[in-house]
Amino acid sequence: MLSKKQAKIFFLGGTIVFMLIFIGMSVHSLTVGIPEQTNASEINDQVKLGKRLWDRNNCMGCHTIMGEGAYYAPELTRVYSRRGETYIQAVLTAPEGWGFRGRKMVKYDFTDEEVAGLIAFFKWMDKTDLNGFPAEPSLPVSSR
Amino acid sequence: MKYSSQKIAYYFFSFSMLLLVLQITYGFIMAFAHMGYDGLHSIIPFNAAVTIHKNLLVVWILSGFMGAAYYIIPDEADNELWSVPLAKLQFWSFAIVGVVAVAGFHVGWWEGRKFLEIPRPLDFLVAGNVILFLFIILMTLIKGKQQTTTSWVLTMGLVFAALLYLPGMIYFDNLSVDSFFRWWVVHLWVEGVWELIMGGILAYLLIRLTGVDREVIEKWLYVVVGLTFLSGILGTGHHYYYTGGPDYWLMIGGIFSAMEPLAFLAMTVFAVQMYRKGNKKHPNKLALYWTLSTAIVSFLGAGLLGLAHTLPGVNLYTHGTLVTAMHGHLAFWGAYASLVFAIISYSMPLMSGRNIFDNKIGHLAFWCSNIGMVAMTAAFAAAGVAQVYLERIAGFEFMVVANELHAHFFVLILAATLFTTGITFFIVNFIKFGKPTDEALQTEEQFEALKTA
Ligand code: HEM
Ligand code: HEM
Ligand SMILES: [Fe+2]
Repeated sequence: MLSKKQAKIFFLGGTIVFMLIFIGMSVHSLTVGIPEQTNASEINDQVKLGKRLWDRNNCMGCHTIMGEGAYYAPELTRVYSRRGETYIQAVLTAPEGWGFRGRKMVKYDFTDEEVAGLIAFFKWMDKTDLNGFPAEPSLPVSSR
Repeated sequence: MKYSSQKIAYYFFSFSMLLLVLQITYGFIMAFAHMGYDGLHSIIPFNAAVTIHKNLLVVWILSGFMGAAYYIIPDEADNELWSVPLAKLQFWSFAIVGVVAVAGFHVGWWEGRKFLEIPRPLDFLVAGNVILFLFIILMTLIKGKQQTTTSWVLTMGLVFAALLYLPGMIYFDNLSVDSFFRWWVVHLWVEGVWELIMGGILAYLLIRLTGVDREVIEKWLYVVVGLTFLSGILGTGHHYYYTGGPDYWLMIGGIFSAMEPLAFLAMTVFAVQMYRKGNKKHPNKLALYWTLSTAIVSFLGAGLLGLAHTLPGVNLYTHGTLVTAMHGHLAFWGAYASLVFAIISYSMPLMSGRNIFDNKIGHLAFWCSNIGMVAMTAAFAAAGVAQVYLERIAGFEFMVVANELHAHFFVLILAATLFTTGITFFIVNFIKFGKPTDEALQTEEQFEALKTA
């Protein structure tokens, strides 16, 4: 039977080995993979401003982006190509707060510059390579 | 209770229960909003409610862990807590930071990063507080008469949980990198070091409740936490499939995260086997129920429901839908909420001298909350699966689908009411214990169960 000492070695050995592999893969992802797939070189000041606003207003508290966030409001990873700039601008500047299909969005007083920043952020996000997410609907309604 | 200083645990447990009640309140606010009744929108918009719900969850669980450590470590180390005044200071500073954070969320003082919304200035206070906590625990352990495997596993879990919080404090302009490190906290906590804490607390409870030999229990403890890290570290990859990382994570994350349920299964087998081997003489049936349910329900919520959406082919469609909320609820409930309930049920009689071991309210609390949470999980599952088919597979717009899901949220509210009834009973029992007292010192020696063969 397994002894306590062997069990301890199994725990410590396994942990160290897999931690090292994980750190190695993380370094590769952070230095090569992610910068490439997310076009890191295209993150300019406007995109950065958009990201800050995304963060400061906790948009993730209702929406998902890259599939992460809350499930109260639409997925926004590809919102730039789905809706286009004018629509996004209308959402962000709606005087009473956006609320198109019954569910209300918080009312924001963004400046023109801030709206442009958020749009730039969505435009950047739109072009990221997320290994196939979000998937095309496999049984779209139009195929009925 | 062996040492008077263990009583400090009571502060943390009370704070835990208070925050749990608040957490549930915000849960109801969100469930109603999902159903279309968002009357509080202008005062507490959804993003405030969700942030408060999740952060209260994390803080009350952590408060429970801290209480558990303050109770367990002196007992295991066979020594008074190193410093009671410092422990009290640590408690009050912890409570103040917690209250300020929650108040701040109401006025938009936050960072929009799921689960890590506490703003950076407060993060530093949290870090300072946790360092103080760890220092007190480590000093107690080192100065103790004995250093058991159980106490080391528990302490190391707490130390690594603190270390992993740090990468989450850095800001990145690239959302994908931000998210990469966010998972070092969220995933490596719940599917890594918190399992160490869980294993440590469960081992302690099993040693005490079953009377099985410590050496046997601690041997299996190593196996359980070994399996945890073997699968859970690379299992982090299941959050890197679709968030901007390279595609090798699909393979690695898929394989290793699919093995994570093994660690939870091992936890179940571990607890059930030790119970069967044990002498079954301990009178505290409620503590035993919660200990075993932790081991079992964590496997269902984390293991099975995690497995349900962890393979890349499935996750492509379920990623970021209510299916995730289904899993999140039963996993947190089974693994960590129930664990805190177990240590409270075990330690409160020993701290207060009131032998509430087996009363009706206690059993009602157990069954209502567990059945309520399983029913809530079923409601989220129905909503989630419907959402996946309508939105992700048939391609309807998000809000068109959301408006079809109201009925599921009505069921959620019914289930949540049963759940809340259970929690209310639990808290009634908790209040009945009253304050801990020195008169309860040495009382546990009467228990046959503790006299191992
Ligand atoms: C009356 C009880 C409760 C109700 C009605 C409730 C309801 C909800 C709702 C509606 C959400 C938001 C989903 C979204 O983003 O749209 C949520 C999120 C969450 N709740 Fe609860 N909840 C309750 C209790 C609990 C308890 C006891 C726990 C933990 C043990 C918990 C853990 C969570 C977690 C982890 C999330 C985030 C899930 C995710 O984003 O994937 N909740 N809850
Ligand atoms: C006690 C342990 C666990 C807890 C408390 C837990 C909790 C959670 C929570 C709260 C989330 C949502 C996180 C977010 O979106 O920010 C999540 C996501 C996820 N969990 Fe777990 N989990 C546990 C164990 C597991 C296990 C063992 C597996 C796999 C077998 C698993 C698979 C997943 C997957 C695949 C996701 C991502 C869902 C998505 O793509 O939206 N979890 N978990
Ligand atoms: Fe995970």
